[in-house]
Amino acid sequence: MAAMTMTRAESRPSDDGPSRVQTFLSRHGGMMPSFAAVFILVLLFIGGEIFLRGDFIRPLTISNLLIDNAYLLVLAVGMTFVILTGGIDLSVGSVMAFTGMLGAKLLAEGLPVGVAVPAMLLGGAAIGLFIGVLVQYFGVQPFIASLAGLFLGRGLAFIVSLSSIKVENDAVLWLQSTRIKIGDWVITPTGIIALVTVAIAAFVLHLTRFGRTIYAIGGSEQSARLMGLKVGRAKIGAYVISGTCAGLAGLLLTAYSNAGYPRNGIGTELDAIAAVVIGGTLLTGGRGFVLGSMIGVLVYGTIKTIINFMGAEQAWMQIIVGALLLLFIVVQRAIVARSEGRR
Amino acid sequence: MTVDIDVPPIVEMRGITIRFPGVLALDGVDFTLRPGEVHSLMGENGAGKSTLIKALTGVYGIDAGSITVAGERRTFSTAADAQDAGISTVYQEVNLCTNLTVGENVMLGHEQRRGTGIDWKATHREAARHLESLGLSLDTRSMLASHSIAIQQLVAISRAMVLDAKVLILDEPTSSLDRGEVEQLFGVIRDLRGKGVAILFVSHFLDQVYEISDRITVLRNGTLVGEHPIAELPRDALVTKMIGRELEDLAAIANSSHRVIDRTGTPVVKATGLGKRGVLEPADLEIYEGEVVGIAGLLGSGRTELVRLLYGADRADEGEVEVHGKGTKVHQPRHAIEHRISLSSENRREEGVVADLTVAENIVLGIQARQGWMRKIPKKDQDAVVKEYIEALGVRPANPNALVGNLSGGNQQKVLLARWLATAPELLVLDEPTRGIDVGAKADIQRKVAELSAQGLSVIFISSELEEVLRLAQRVVVLRDRRKIGELDAADTDLDTLIDYIANAGEGSAA
Amino acid sequence: MTAIYRHRLFWPIVALVTLIVINAVARPQFIKIRVQDGELYGPLISILRDSAPLMLVALGMTIVIATRGIDLSVGAIMAVSGAVALTIIDGAEDPGNVGTVLIACIVAVLVSLVLGAWNGFLVSVVGIQPIIATLVLMLAGRGVALLITGGFITTVNSEPYSFIASGYLFALPFAFLIGVVAIVILSLVERRTALGVLTEAVGINPEASRLAGVRSRSIIWGAYIVSGTLAGVAGLIYASNIKAADANAAGVFIELYAILAVVLGGTSLNGGKFSIAGTVVGVLIIQTLDSTILFLGVSSAQSPVFFAIVVVIVVIVQSARLRDGLAALTARVRSRGAGVQDSDKVEVA
Repeated sequence: MAAMTMTRAESRPSDDGPSRVQTFLSRHGGMMPSFAAVFILVLLFIGGEIFLRGDFIRPLTISNLLIDNAYLLVLAVGMTFVILTGGIDLSVGSVMAFTGMLGAKLLAEGLPVGVAVPAMLLGGAAIGLFIGVLVQYFGVQPFIASLAGLFLGRGLAFIVSLSSIKVENDAVLWLQSTRIKIGDWVITPTGIIALVTVAIAAFVLHLTRFGRTIYAIGGSEQSARLMGLKVGRAKIGAYVISGTCAGLAGLLLTAYSNAGYPRNGIGTELDAIAAVVIGGTLLTGGRGFVLGSMIGVLVYGTIKTIINFMGAEQAWMQIIVGALLLLFIVVQRAIVARSEGRR
Repeated sequence: MTVDIDVPPIVEMRGITIRFPGVLALDGVDFTLRPGEVHSLMGENGAGKSTLIKALTGVYGIDAGSITVAGERRTFSTAADAQDAGISTVYQEVNLCTNLTVGENVMLGHEQRRGTGIDWKATHREAARHLESLGLSLDTRSMLASHSIAIQQLVAISRAMVLDAKVLILDEPTSSLDRGEVEQLFGVIRDLRGKGVAILFVSHFLDQVYEISDRITVLRNGTLVGEHPIAELPRDALVTKMIGRELEDLAAIANSSHRVIDRTGTPVVKATGLGKRGVLEPADLEIYEGEVVGIAGLLGSGRTELVRLLYGADRADEGEVEVHGKGTKVHQPRHAIEHRISLSSENRREEGVVADLTVAENIVLGIQARQGWMRKIPKKDQDAVVKEYIEALGVRPANPNALVGNLSGGNQQKVLLARWLATAPELLVLDEPTRGIDVGAKADIQRKVAELSAQGLSVIFISSELEEVLRLAQRVVVLRDRRKIGELDAADTDLDTLIDYIANAGEGSAA
Repeated sequence: MTAIYRHRLFWPIVALVTLIVINAVARPQFIKIRVQDGELYGPLISILRDSAPLMLVALGMTIVIATRGIDLSVGAIMAVSGAVALTIIDGAEDPGNVGTVLIACIVAVLVSLVLGAWNGFLVSVVGIQPIIATLVLMLAGRGVALLITGGFITTVNSEPYSFIASGYLFALPFAFLIGVVAIVILSLVERRTALGVLTEAVGINPEASRLAGVRSRSIIWGAYIVSGTLAGVAGLIYASNIKAADANAAGVFIELYAILAVVLGGTSLNGGKFSIAGTVVGVLIIQTLDSTILFLGVSSAQSPVFFAIVVVIVVIVQSARLRDGLAALTARVRSRGAGVQDSDKVEVA
């Protein structure tokens, strides 16, 4: 009987107090990729500081990171919900362009902000709902359903207008032009909106049943259903949230560029996906953090800033982001392989 | 542990009928479950056990009949409906989310809330309380994936307790547990029974059924055979009820298998010290011409792992394989196939048939893969091979252009067998070839194995149904806890001896 | 009759014919074909000519999708291929030399082949999901193309190079003939050898195929190489058409249209059974639809809305859920569970 008793003892963590490292790993192993992202961010900062001779780590540079990438951060937050369920949303770039155009058009027609902004958010939510319904009720793969959303958003953006529409509404311009200074740090209302979005998302994902259902679906949709969770509602909800975030990003980008432009956001969905993955969210779903996605966006923004500072070709941006994405998926792959091997 | 027959039943199923395309899965089955009893549902694979359970848990709708729970007539359309009625299920393949913590898996959907958000501290405390009531003290904040399947199973039961289940369904909960873990589980079951929970238990281990049950309901081919208190149903009577009239037919196979094998020459295949870290301790295996070697052991004992290493499906990190006395490297299945070794996986759907290809394409796949893609086997030759094996094995429907995915389990298994026989193997490895298929197909496959081995084919035969192993094999290799513990001569081994050997042999040296 | 109706090319062909008929009625010149200097001209011929890049990309995509994969990097590979070819021609002493153009094309296609092999390596050896593995190159590829062209739009004036897109051979556009050659070669290879059925087996059930002795890894790898190579040729045609290498604009969204063409042709994104003829029909539908939308006076920028509608119709028609729903109308509704559950229902039976 000796052998059996021994194997049983191993599976009972209570027998011996496991080491702290073991406890930590068994609790937070899923956070390792996000830690890696933080590590890369720090490396980038240090690298920037060294190459740019102390000109990089300054409050203004870091403030601008957030201000310049506020729209991407909001997109990445929405994308995190979808990817956590094991799906993907390719539509966000063009939905952002569409809602931006819609808002600019409504404002140009003389409608008040109180109508234009809700219309933008609802427009985004509607396309999200459309994708979610295709995925949940028609069994369409998320890739294809959101591809339809991508086409739809882009086409609608051009239907609103073929050329850019200037925005002269004070309230919208205020979002970007106001600079709130705290010491040497600067933030705009757009930046605050982005941070609030992150905070709300983190709350929803970690402290509500809806959020936990999103994680459960990503872990195993079948299990989630058998556990009696409201799977359909949560899955559609994820796409609606992503669409709404795209609508909000449309507002932020319009404020940032003072105009709606139908060609905005071509390929931005890929940047958002890259940021989410770099931030440690597994593309297979179920593991990841919205704060990680924020780190991912900051990594993205930092690379962009460094390239600008160095005056290097924009081409490097794409190459470096591609390489980082590769690095992270290989790391994730290794982590998943290890956790499978342990079982 | 007698159950008061006067206690009103908690679950009453009457005349349950469920039809699938072309199959009557359940035909007017009655089933009752009383509070405070452990009721075993018995039947061969395909008898309708899991269908009945899925009707009770809201996974399937029923075509006829009624389900009454606690005196109230119910129709379940989702798993959530059944849970609301107090029915919880723990499935064989644990249906939890391994990406979440233990505590969260216990409490998911029932988290403690404070204000608008989840109160994690209280939730974990509540989870710990439920786990402790089953005698488990786990770190509720650890990831579920970091625990063994056995622990995960107990976590799933704790979850059922959170739902305040009046009925607990345990579908094959012990198939991947070792003996100690089973004891732990049974302790929990007895405890719950004492608290008045009605437990529906399904297992194919007879010992366990007799150890834990109060009553037994037997199903066969989708119909009710009978319901009996455990004391009134001896084992042989139970087996007869489960299997029906097929016993004599199979006895004939057993007689033809009792041949003497010439083990003086070179073995067809010989493995020495074949092992892989964390998967299987080094094991030896020899198979001679015309011999059927059975491999016995519980699920997870290493029996599947051993043949997968031999076949190159997984790569061994130590050991040698000799084919006809010549050392060879088998790193990939196609290397094995080149040496005329074939393996039919235990996992027919995932690793066996290619569902969306036709019967013909599936049969030809093995020989075509060996030839390489450049040299396509001419249509005429393909047709001849396919026709030959469809007839020889009695594949139904005998239509080479039918999609394999639409065939019954037994016929899919025959298609797989055909694929491998078409490659003219010298060693055929069959891992659980009779699992989940109807009784007739089971007999067909066993008859074929006996016939082929009599003609000189060497076979490794793995089955959870030890009677099959003893019936077909001349020699039985026994594994336990990922280790080979010995070999038995099938001629002087009966079922009880074998079960005892699997459970107890070699204990002394194990530590 | 039901055999024709049920054939999986039935609906795609009906759609294509309907489109052509609508166009022919609305503008009779649509189906007119002129002969000029022994060369054919007309809207239909233009559609054939313009469809060449999409045709090549979609053919490669078909093979990749059959293995249960997807190749998002084709547009980026087109950009790289065009950039490589034009940079070589631009740098040569005599851009009009046939030999120079030939070498440039060969090098460009070889580079594309290597990029395809890189995708295949990530998918089949490293084991990364195809969407993500090819996303890497989709992002980085354009950067590489930009570096090659030095961030500018390289334009060349090379007679032989222009011939690729606008030349004629045997009275037909040369670009179209390239597409035809690719179709013929792929059809022959897939059907005359066992590669077709082995690819389908790998796509339907990779593990079962491996255990059956199929070289799954090589087959998957090969599919990405084919896709990359064909995208490279498509990139040459694209660059030849505009006589320039535009790293930002070449092949934008082509991966999406190619996937759409494959799906329109009846090949499931879940891998397995594929139809090259279906993809050809799918490409022609897209190209004809594009020409129709332009004819309707809709800006080409707005045409994505139409494609969105097409995608939705196609996926809904193909949706198992809908088919179950229709079946349930004729039979009796029994399971009120999700459509997903219907599949495991059969499994247990």
